[in-house]
Amino acid sequence: MELKGRKIFGGRGEGKAIVSSEGISFYGGVDPDTGIVAEAGHPLEGKSIAGKILVFPQGKGSTVGSYTMYRLKKNGKAPIAIINKECDTIVAVGAIISGIPCVDKIDIEKIRDGVKVKVDADKAVIEVSE
Amino acid sequence: MELTKEEKEMLEGKKGNAVKKSMEILVALGEIFGAEKLIDVKSVQIAGVSYDNLGDAGLEFLEEMAKDGKVKVFTTLNPAGMDLENWKELGISEEFAVKQKMVIDAFAKMGVLTTCTCTPYFVGNKPSLGEHIAWSESSAVAFANSVLGARTNREGGPSALAAALTGKTPEYGYHLDEKRKPVVTVEVKTELRNVVDFGALGFVIGKRIGNKVSFIKGIPKASIEELKSFGASIATYGGTALYHMEGITPEKAEEAEERIEVNAEDIEDAKKELSDGSEVDFVAIGCPHCSIKEMERLAELLKGKKVKKETWIAVARPVKEEAEKKGWVKVIEESGAKFAADTCFVVAPIKGRFKCMATDSAKGVFYARGKNKFKTVIAPVEKLIEIATS
Repeated sequence: MELKGRKIFGGRGEGKAIVSSEGISFYGGVDPDTGIVAEAGHPLEGKSIAGKILVFPQGKGSTVGSYTMYRLKKNGKAPIAIINKECDTIVAVGAIISGIPCVDKIDIEKIRDGVKVKVDADKAVIEVSE
Repeated sequence: MELTKEEKEMLEGKKGNAVKKSMEILVALGEIFGAEKLIDVKSVQIAGVSYDNLGDAGLEFLEEMAKDGKVKVFTTLNPAGMDLENWKELGISEEFAVKQKMVIDAFAKMGVLTTCTCTPYFVGNKPSLGEHIAWSESSAVAFANSVLGARTNREGGPSALAAALTGKTPEYGYHLDEKRKPVVTVEVKTELRNVVDFGALGFVIGKRIGNKVSFIKGIPKASIEELKSFGASIATYGGTALYHMEGITPEKAEEAEERIEVNAEDIEDAKKELSDGSEVDFVAIGCPHCSIKEMERLAELLKGKKVKKETWIAVARPVKEEAEKKGWVKVIEESGAKFAADTCFVVAPIKGRFKCMATDSAKGVFYARGKNKFKTVIAPVEKLIEIATS
């Protein structure tokens, strides 16, 4: 299945999807050293986003979150690419400064957790394995 | 978004890497929020300065940008994680101090004035009515938009830096007339006596209307200090960037149809909610940073007294220097109270160091609880000095 969205930051990547139905606050919500989601009660709590295609509706919380994304990238714990329903300022800026491919305006409900996803952010296209 | 020839060249990297990265940020934000073009800004205020928040990666990012980035407009800086001179006395580690100084050096290399204050409007960065600016620091954004009538969105650290290095910001949100119009009218039906009452009002309104632009009626007068406290609080609890206050704020605005009321009971309830402790071991004043008038009042109240609890006064360094000339700094220091210039009790690495913090700031309460895990007491400054000295 191919889905078309909008490019936030270019690049390509392929990997397993980790899907959150809730927004993610990178500052305080994700451990910058391990890539593990730390927010209490979050659907992804205790799971690692490192090396995955991270799928979630949009960012939330403090604007310092952009720097947390950058810290993840530098620590080798960033997601391969990000897919959002509606990208917000924090995630957009974080993706740009960290160089993480990012596409939004995607109907993320069509992506199941664990499936293989190919992201071509330059063309704003993603390919989801059935 | 339409870009000029020069802007396209900046985006392509012809003006260096820092400008390219900055343009990528600004253009992406412009596209997301539907801006048609970039506009010039007069000044910038940058947040994201404390090493406690940035970590090594944040520091690396700033050093990377500082390789060839230079600010194009007047740019000031938010508080750091420590007093740049007096850090040892505040219990900051050597390791933290070294990293924090590297952060400051990176900003200085880019030509940022390392003012390290959340009140840039007290130290020379004071925009005029209608001027476009790109500021981060939520309390300063509320002050600039509302009290000064300048125009800014709520920028984050990196987007503010991007504006500084290019002199530009995408034209959307609070830069546009239609987005600055009130959508809710707030009728205040009680008398507000001090900065704590104004902070409580910000708490009540922020919680009720979130980030909607409001038209506030029923406040006959408000001091700069009271507006500073109110704006910080409404921004913290509501994410508010702009409010209009009848007869007080300078921008022309009209009442909105949707209405809410705030009465004496709401203010009292808010103050109760903002206090959940009693055994105070830390007294913290200056959130946002103290004005010169507040410094004078502190000297009056502390004259000839000794504090028995750890007491911090957060202030911009130039304001402290002004108070020094008046002899107020000496009086305050003789009481045993400590100055936290360049920093504050929100961004310093003091998580868990105290049990209960007393303050006159509703914003301070939010971060004391969430980030630093303290209990809190909110009280006006006269009462705070009573607590500190007993």
